[in-house]
Amino acid sequence: MSLLHLLALSPFLLAAGLPLLGRAAPRLHRGWFAAALSAILFAALLGYSSNVRSGSSVTESFAWIPSLGISFTLYLDGLSLLFALLITGMGVLVAIYSIAYMNDASESLTRFYVLLLIFMGAMLGLVMSDNLLTLYGFWELTSITSFLLIGYNHHKHRSRYGALKSLLITMTGGLGLLTGFVLLYVMSGTYQIRELMDAGGTLVSHPLFVPAVLLILLGAFTKSAQYPFHIWLPDAMEAPTPVSAYLHSATMVKAGLYLVARLSPVFAGTAEWFWFVSLGGLITLIYGSVAAVKQTDLKGILAYSTISQLGLIMCLLGLSSLSVAFAGEESLLYAAAGTAALFHLLNHAVFKGSLFMIAGIVDHETGTRDVRKLGGLAQVMPIAFTISLFGALSMAGLPPFGGFISKEMFLEAVLEPLHAGVFRLETWAALFPIVAWIASVFTFVYSALLVVRTFLGPRKPALERKKVHDAPPLMTLPPALLAVLALILGLFPGLVSYSLIRPAAEAMMSHIPASGERLPGSIKLWHGWTPALGMTIGVVAAGIPLVLTARRWMKLYAWIPRRMSINRFYDASLLFFERITVRITSLYMNGSSRSYIKYILGFMMLVAGFILFNATDVTFRVGAYAVIAPYEWFIMLGLAAASLAVPFAKSRPVAIILTGTVGYLMTLMFVFLRAPDLALTQMVVESISVTLYLLCFYHLPKLRTESQAVRFRLPNFLVAVAVGVLMTLIALAVLGTNPFDPVSDYYVRESYESAGGKNIVNVILVDFRGFDTMLEIMVLGVASLGIYNMIKLRRKATDIGSRHVSHEGEDADEEAAQTRKSLYGYDGPRWRSDDAAEDPERAEKLKIQESPELPGAESGDSSPDKSETPPNSHAEGGDRDA
Amino acid sequence: MEVIVAIIVGVLFAVGIYLILTQDLLRIVLGTSLLTHAVHLLLMAMAMLKTGAAPLLGREADEFVDPLPQALILTSIVINFGVTAFFLVLSYRAYQKLETTDMDRMRSESSRHRSRKGGRRS
Amino acid sequence: MPKGSDIFLQNVSKVVFFIILAFALYLFFTGHGSPGGGFIAGLMSAGALLLLALAYDIETVRQVVPVDFKLVTAVGLLIALCTGTGALFFGEPFLKHAFGYFDLPLLGKTELHTALIFDLGVYLAVVGVTMTILLTIGEDS
Repeated sequence: MSLLHLLALSPFLLAAGLPLLGRAAPRLHRGWFAAALSAILFAALLGYSSNVRSGSSVTESFAWIPSLGISFTLYLDGLSLLFALLITGMGVLVAIYSIAYMNDASESLTRFYVLLLIFMGAMLGLVMSDNLLTLYGFWELTSITSFLLIGYNHHKHRSRYGALKSLLITMTGGLGLLTGFVLLYVMSGTYQIRELMDAGGTLVSHPLFVPAVLLILLGAFTKSAQYPFHIWLPDAMEAPTPVSAYLHSATMVKAGLYLVARLSPVFAGTAEWFWFVSLGGLITLIYGSVAAVKQTDLKGILAYSTISQLGLIMCLLGLSSLSVAFAGEESLLYAAAGTAALFHLLNHAVFKGSLFMIAGIVDHETGTRDVRKLGGLAQVMPIAFTISLFGALSMAGLPPFGGFISKEMFLEAVLEPLHAGVFRLETWAALFPIVAWIASVFTFVYSALLVVRTFLGPRKPALERKKVHDAPPLMTLPPALLAVLALILGLFPGLVSYSLIRPAAEAMMSHIPASGERLPGSIKLWHGWTPALGMTIGVVAAGIPLVLTARRWMKLYAWIPRRMSINRFYDASLLFFERITVRITSLYMNGSSRSYIKYILGFMMLVAGFILFNATDVTFRVGAYAVIAPYEWFIMLGLAAASLAVPFAKSRPVAIILTGTVGYLMTLMFVFLRAPDLALTQMVVESISVTLYLLCFYHLPKLRTESQAVRFRLPNFLVAVAVGVLMTLIALAVLGTNPFDPVSDYYVRESYESAGGKNIVNVILVDFRGFDTMLEIMVLGVASLGIYNMIKLRRKATDIGSRHVSHEGEDADEEAAQTRKSLYGYDGPRWRSDDAAEDPERAEKLKIQESPELPGAESGDSSPDKSETPPNSHAEGGDRDA
Repeated sequence: MEVIVAIIVGVLFAVGIYLILTQDLLRIVLGTSLLTHAVHLLLMAMAMLKTGAAPLLGREADEFVDPLPQALILTSIVINFGVTAFFLVLSYRAYQKLETTDMDRMRSESSRHRSRKGGRRS
Repeated sequence: MPKGSDIFLQNVSKVVFFIILAFALYLFFTGHGSPGGGFIAGLMSAGALLLLALAYDIETVRQVVPVDFKLVTAVGLLIALCTGTGALFFGEPFLKHAFGYFDLPLLGKTELHTALIFDLGVYLAVVGVTMTILLTIGEDS
C-alpha cells in the first residue's frame, strides 16, 4: 500500500463513512464532503505532475491475488494523470454545483453522494491501474454506478428505462472487453499493460489479434457511446444534471477513449485498428452532430453533441495511430492528431461541463428544458447567457476559445491522410476532410441553436409569469469557472500543453519518446493561414445561413423513418429476449419442488454415472466377502420387503409402522455387523420416531378427500429405480476400489493409549472428533427450537407479522403477473397440478372444493385459521393461546 | 454379504426416492427416513463387513471392524432424528394451516388462504 | 396427547420407568469402556419419560421432571462448550481431554476422564432436545 493506492481508494473509504459523517453533521450538505475530497485529490495529483512532466512515470504495486497473477498495480504516467486530474477537477466543480442543485431529502442525498464517490474512485482506479483485470473491475464498477445514478429518480419510468438501457449496453461491451483482455492474455501471457506494450510486435501476427481488437473496441465503443451503441446516452439524461455533466460528458464516457489511447501502443500500426477506430469515430461524429440539431430537449442536444464530440476524439485517436507506420518528421506530423485528441478531450470536458450546468440552471429556474418553450432568457439571466455563449463558442470551434484550437488541429489532422500511402488510404482519404467539414457545420448549427433558442428571441408567455432570474452564486460559480477556463485554454494553451498534454500524448504514442524524440509541446492559437483555417471560415459561412433558416429545413428530419431506428431495434430485441427467457424458464421452473428434485437426481446420475464408467481405476470387486449366516438372510430379506411395501401401504399408520419395521430391522443389522452402539441408538431413536410420527399424523382427523395410497407414476418410478441401481453400483465400486489406507487404524491404536477409552466409537465421538459432536448437538438444539417456534409461537406470528408480509408478497406477485401479461401476453410461469391435468375428475373435485368460501371464515378475527382448522386441533390450541 | 447389502442399499434408495417424489407430505418424510437408512448401510458396507470383533478394546481380539463409519453413523442417526422431527412438525403445521398434506394442493390452498385474509383487510 | 387410561400400562410403566432410567445411567457411565455413551443414554432417558407420558399424560411428566427442557438443552451445550474451552487454559487445543486413574473409596481404582464431562453435556442436550420436541408436539395434538 502506498500513498497512490490510498489516493485511489480514498473515495471508497469516504463513501463507506459518508452515512456516519452525515449523521454527525446533519446540517452540513453531504456535497461538501465530496467536494473537499475531490479538491484534496486534485491537489495531491498535481503534486505528481512535475514527475510526469519530464516523461517519467510512477508505479506502485500491491499483490492482490498473487496466485492468479492479479496485482493491484497503479501506474501514473502522463495519460493517467491527465484523466485523473480531469476526474478530480471536474469532481470538485460538480460537487459544488450539486450542493445547490440537489435539495432532496437527506437520505437520498446520502445515496447520491455515496454513489458519486464510488464512481469517482472507480474512475480513478480505472485510469491508474496497470493490470487489465483490475481495470476491467473498475470499468464495470463505473457502469454500475452510472446505472444507479441514472436511475436516481427511480420512481420515474423513464429513469428506470434509461438506467437499464445504459447498463445492458455498457455491460455487453464490458463482457466483450473482458473476453478481449483474456485473448490478450492468451496471446501474450500477461495482464500488465506495460508488459503488453513490450510484446506489441509479436501480437500483430497472432490469429487471435483481430478478434481481440474487435472485442476490446466493442467495450470502448459502448462505453464512449459510439455509433451504433450511442443510444443509451440520450436516455441517460434522465439522471440529475450534475451526474450528466460529470459522468455522461466529462468522465465516464471518456473511459472508452482512455482505453483506446492506453492500448494504442499495443495495437497501433495495424490497418484494422486504424480503420475501426477512425471510421467508427468519423461515423459517430457526423451522426451525432446531425442528430443533435433536431433535438428539442436542452440536455438532448448536449447528449448528441457529446456523442459527436466523442466520435471526433475517437477519430483523432485512430488517425494518430498512423504515426507508428512512419518515422521521423512524418511520424510527428501524424502524432499531432494524438495531441489534438487529448487537447480536445480536455476542452470538451470544460465547455460541455459548463453547458450542462447551464442547462441544469435553466431547468431549475424555468422548470423546463424544452427549447420550444424557452426563449429570450438573456435579459433575465445575463450571467447564464454569457457562460453559455462562451461554452457554445468553444464547442462550435470559434476563436479565441480552447475549442477553436483543438478543432483546427482536428481539421489539420483529417487532411493528413491525403498524403499517407498506407492502409489503402489513397482511395478513401478524401472521406475524412469532407465528413469532418460537414460535421463541423452541423456542430456550428446546433451550438448556435442552443444559445439562440434558449436565450434570444421573444420570451414565451408561460415564462413571463414566472420570476426567472439568475441562479444563486454557488450554482453559477462552477460553470462560470469552466467558461473562463475555456477562454484561458484558448488564449494561453501553453499552460497545459507542456505540463499535461505532451506527457499524455507521449505516453499514448510511446514509440516517439522511445526513438529519442519528443513531441512538439507548443499549441498556438494562431496557426497562420492554413487550410484548416479556411475550412473553419467555410463552416461559419455555411453555418450562419443554416441557423437563420433552421425552421424551414428542420422539417426534413421528419422524413427519417422512425421504424428503422436503433432504439426500435433495442426495444424489440429486449422484448424478444424477455419473452424467450420467460418461455424457456417456465419450461423447467414450474414451481414444483418435485421437478427440481428430479433435475438434481438427473444431474447426480449423469455425473456419478459418467465417473463410474469412465474412470480407469474403478473396479467392481467380486468374491472374498463376509459370509452370511442363515438367519441373516431373513433379516435382509425382511428389510428389503418392508421397505418395498411402504409405497403400497394404503393408510398412513401402516406406512409409518412399515418404516418403523425397516428401522428395527436396521437395528438387527447393526447387531450382526458388530456395531453395538449403533444398535442401541437406532433402537431407541426408532421407538421415539415412531411415537412422533403417530403423534403428528395418527391423531389428526381423517383427511377429507385425499386418496391415501400413492398413485403410481412411471417417471417417478424410473427415476427412483435408476438412482437405486446407481447407488448399488457405487457401493460395489467402493468395495472394489480402495486406493488409500484407512485412517481408522490410528483410532484403533490410539484409543486406549492416548484417550484412555476402550469403546473406540465413543472415544471417536467425544474425543478424537469431539468438535463434530459438539456441533451436532448444536444442530439438534436448533432443530428443537425451530419446532418449538413453529408450534408455540404461531399465534403471534399470524397476528402481527405474517399477514402483513403475505399481503405484500401477494400484491407484488399480482403486480408482476400483470406486468408480464401486459408485456408478453403471457403471465409467466404458472404452477400446474399434475393431477388436475391427468385426471379430469379430480380437477373437478378440486374446483368444487376451492370455490365456496367456508362459512364462518370471517368470524374469528384474532386467529385467522381458527375456523379452518379441524375442530379438535384448534380447540385446544386456540383456547390455550387466547 | 457385501453384494447383498449393496443391493439392499439400492432398494432403500429407490424406495426412498420414489416416496420423496410422491405428493403426500407424510410419505415424503418417510422417504427421507429410508434414505438415511440406505446411507447408513452404504457407510457400513464401504468399510467392509465383519472384518473383526466389535470395536471394543476390552474384548480379546486381534482385528476389529472399522470404528470410524460407526461413529459417523451414530452422529447421523441422531441428526436424522432431529431433522425428521422438524420435517414432521413442519408438515403437521402445514396440515393445520392448509388442511391438506398433498403437495400439489398446498399452493392453491395457501393462495386461497391469503385471498381470504385480503378480503378481511379491506 | 390422549389421556392414558390403561391401568396395566400405568402400573407396569411405574416400574419400567425406573429400570430404563437406571439402565440409561449405566450406559452413560460405561460409555467409554463398553457400548453406551451420552447419546444413547440421553435418548434412553427421554424414552423413559416418553413411556410415562404415554401411560399417564404430559402433565405427569411435567410434575415428575419440573424443569424447562429447553434450559436443559442450553445447559448441556454450555457444559460441552466449557469442557472444550477448559483445555485452552492449559495451553492445549480446543476440546483436548485429559484423564487419570485414581483410587477412590468404595470404587477402587477408577478412571476419571474429562471426556465424561463432555459426554454429560451431550447427554443433557439430547435429553433436552428430545423432550422439547416430544412435549411440544404432544401438547399441541
